[in-house]
Amino acid sequence: MPADLKDDREGQGGTAILAREPPTALPHPAPGTWRHRHILDLDDFSPEEIELVMETTSTMKEVLARQIARVPTLRGTTVVTLFYESSTRTRSSFELAGKVLGADVINIAAAASSVQKGESLVDTVLTLQAIGAAILVMRHPRSGAPYLASRHTRASVINAGDGWHAHPTQALLDLFTICSHLGDVRGRKVVIIGDITHSRVARSNLWGLSTMGAQIVICGPPTLLPVGLEGPTGDEEGSKLALPPVEVETNVDRAIADADVVMTLRLQLERMQSGLIPSIREYCNLYQVTKERLAKAKPSALVLHPGPVNEGVEISLDVAHGAQSVIEEQVANGVAVRMALLYLLSRGRA
Amino acid sequence: MTETIIMSSEDMRRAIMRIAHEIVENNRGCKDLVFVGMQTRGVPLAERIAGGIAEFEGETVSVGALDIGLYRDDIPDVGLSIQIKPSDIPTNIAGKRVILVDDVLYTGRSIRAALDALIDYGRPERIQLAVLVDRGHRELPIRADYVGKNIPTSRRDDVQVRLQETDGSDGVLLITAEGE
Amino acid sequence: MNGGKAKLLIRGGRILDPGAGVDKVGDILIQEGRIAALQPGVKENGATVIDAKGLIVCPGLVDIHCHLRDPGFEYKETIETGTLAAARGGFTTVCCMPNTQPPIDSRATVEYIQRTASLTAAVRVLPIGCVSKGRQGKELAELGDLADAGVVAFSDDGSAVADAALMRKALEYCRALGLPISDHCEEPSLAHDGVMHEGWVAARLGLRGQPAAAEESLVARDIALAELTGSPVHIAHVSTRGSVDLIRKAKARGAPVTAEVTPHHLTLTHESVMSSPSLPDELAYDTDAKVYPPLRSADDVAACVEGLRDGTIDAIATDHAPHAPVDKLCEFDDAPGGISGFETALGLVLTLVHEGKLELATVIEKMTAGPVAALGLDRHEGLAGLGSLAPGAPGDVTIFDPDAEWTVTPERFASKGRNTPLGGRVLKGQVVMTISGGRQVFAREKVTV
Repeated sequence: MPADLKDDREGQGGTAILAREPPTALPHPAPGTWRHRHILDLDDFSPEEIELVMETTSTMKEVLARQIARVPTLRGTTVVTLFYESSTRTRSSFELAGKVLGADVINIAAAASSVQKGESLVDTVLTLQAIGAAILVMRHPRSGAPYLASRHTRASVINAGDGWHAHPTQALLDLFTICSHLGDVRGRKVVIIGDITHSRVARSNLWGLSTMGAQIVICGPPTLLPVGLEGPTGDEEGSKLALPPVEVETNVDRAIADADVVMTLRLQLERMQSGLIPSIREYCNLYQVTKERLAKAKPSALVLHPGPVNEGVEISLDVAHGAQSVIEEQVANGVAVRMALLYLLSRGRA
Repeated sequence: MTETIIMSSEDMRRAIMRIAHEIVENNRGCKDLVFVGMQTRGVPLAERIAGGIAEFEGETVSVGALDIGLYRDDIPDVGLSIQIKPSDIPTNIAGKRVILVDDVLYTGRSIRAALDALIDYGRPERIQLAVLVDRGHRELPIRADYVGKNIPTSRRDDVQVRLQETDGSDGVLLITAEGE
Repeated sequence: MNGGKAKLLIRGGRILDPGAGVDKVGDILIQEGRIAALQPGVKENGATVIDAKGLIVCPGLVDIHCHLRDPGFEYKETIETGTLAAARGGFTTVCCMPNTQPPIDSRATVEYIQRTASLTAAVRVLPIGCVSKGRQGKELAELGDLADAGVVAFSDDGSAVADAALMRKALEYCRALGLPISDHCEEPSLAHDGVMHEGWVAARLGLRGQPAAAEESLVARDIALAELTGSPVHIAHVSTRGSVDLIRKAKARGAPVTAEVTPHHLTLTHESVMSSPSLPDELAYDTDAKVYPPLRSADDVAACVEGLRDGTIDAIATDHAPHAPVDKLCEFDDAPGGISGFETALGLVLTLVHEGKLELATVIEKMTAGPVAALGLDRHEGLAGLGSLAPGAPGDVTIFDPDAEWTVTPERFASKGRNTPLGGRVLKGQVVMTISGGRQVFAREKVTV
């Protein structure tokens, strides 16, 4: 061992300093700035909180890449998925997310109309609380249902989609997918095409994307664009409560010009009331994202779709499977995002 | 509050060099050695130790990073962030001799979590622990194999390690509470 | 209800009878269930004296649109509990809508209501009969028989008379009966199951809205039919600027149209669905704010207030619609619409007086002489002078303190319906005593006798 390396392990030597200010250095990491007890929509997420979700999602992706993708983080926690609408994709995504984190996951497929078929939503939620559910993942056909549920349970509620209103986990995974390719969305043009009125994916993305600084254009047939998008007129005070401001287009070629991100929505045949569009054929002619239409966007533009895709309706087959499509990544990212949210909800309430 | 510099930049350099030598001596060379630094400051420390070994042994030892956020049992304690970074263990650690590196050894709970995490990555032949500072007050039966400096502290004290890579300068500070 | 034999002397209050142009401090004597005299210095002669100094004394309030739920939905309200709530709200006459079970489309149901009211009601109950059999909107109900039994108007309220031809036939038929038809103007295909006002709040909340045009298109139709048939149409619960404008123009032409507005459509907007004071940090989806017609925009509210001020709207009617708590504790789409309004009506409309948007005399007129004139109630036997304090008028008097501040506490309502978005709100103006047919049917503790 070289001579100048003394064994100084036992000493107390050093110079004492009476310091007022801390030494010039970065402080220790601050406690997490996570204050959500529930995740009902992205309307009350700050940019910092969205960033935190993005970072945590990256970590979760690494866990998923391991040979044995399992951590003990949520051991002893019961996660219940309460789905009043069938959905293999979202439900299994949450189930996998819970299990990778070591939680106990219970899946409940509930009857759609609680009013007619027995147990009310509030009663169901109270029952689940009694059996120890710590996190309730809820999908429901009625807008506002998870808000009602959250008021009657001590558990944390994650909204997996309520009526036309919100689908925050989808918007977060969409954001993550976009940022993993483009870095961030600040100043980027994002066009959302399709049945906006009935789309909870569109609404949550409006919140998420506008909070992170994107420039958003929504486009669809006029009968599928919601009334009142421009917010309150006159002297109503609630302008901060309205949906964030967006550009509205009914012509898809204008909307898609120079877009960085093209987000297509499922034409919701099951929810759409008959007669809002004359035919699928006409919709495809006017709004389908084909290779020719996509060429009007930036060459690097990403194509997203929340799934399941009606191939040949919202997007043509070659675009759906083309180089610019990140639809499969969205699904993979979905598990990681949901893991991140389960982790933050259960650990963040310090 | 009183702040005392327990280790200067020079003290740290010598301690790290000594630890590097001890590791190579104890393991009879560098074969199958893998360093895993604990996020955040364990990582640059591990890199410095590996750098020292490269200097005097001429051997490159791989260095990985481990974030134990998903394994902790003490998150609710004040002052601990819920931010978790990805881990990055570049090589397969099965059958290897892992040297876990951290800046301060205190209750031992972080190391317990790190052991759980490492074993999820694979089954090493051996795991050894190297720390820059051991401040006592173990709550679990954990001990370090290589220590830069032992510093007796009280529970109300705080020990802060500063590194050029993360904080802009090197130093180990002991912050004692008033009225000690 | 009729004929308290006691004499009541209400002394020293500010007598406000806008229908008769009276606004002065004085005394009122009630005997044999009727107003006897109205002047200062009336002699006591064994009357019970009520000191109304500092209070306002007006004709008993008349509500031409309410739901008593009895028969059929007694768990939501009964004639007994509903009229008790009405009395607490200062109402001495209420007209109940026929969406009961069975609906009021037959003499038998009218007689049930009259019998039950005579036995249990705190105040006068005047039934409104269905326009169509079973309120199905297909065939005319036996309007003549219903009129003979004692209904004071016809309505399919809860629903519109959607079929224009049926509405025309009903109006023509009513020419012989001299009774008005009150229409709940909500065109079903335009409303298309919308659960709130179609606007920016519905867009935010992801709820299906119904446009103002769903109301206005039927208002326009009903005005045209009233002019065609010469038979009076009454527009129930007006809620939009467009409706007020249509009615204003129709009245200017002399069309036989009258209209009413609810206290909530004069004061609350569709934002009440989204935000509730008891839930400051989240979207409320407040089912207590779910009502038909829905709460509209601030501009619509302003137009309704303007419509009251300039006489376009004849009456304030509560549309008291009680529901059991379990009915409203569900998803917004599935909740029934309706606000329990008897006990907050006066306090709520007085807000507009305190804010300087309406005169006190206007408000009282629209709750007394106005509704009586709109449906022609004083033409019925025994009801001459209803809604006024003229000598010989029914002994219905409301005494209230316009400045008393109180907090809306739904758990203490006399109504079984606690469904109001006003819970916790402080109102200024409170009923102190209600006298119906010469009997005190409600008295707040503080009144000295």
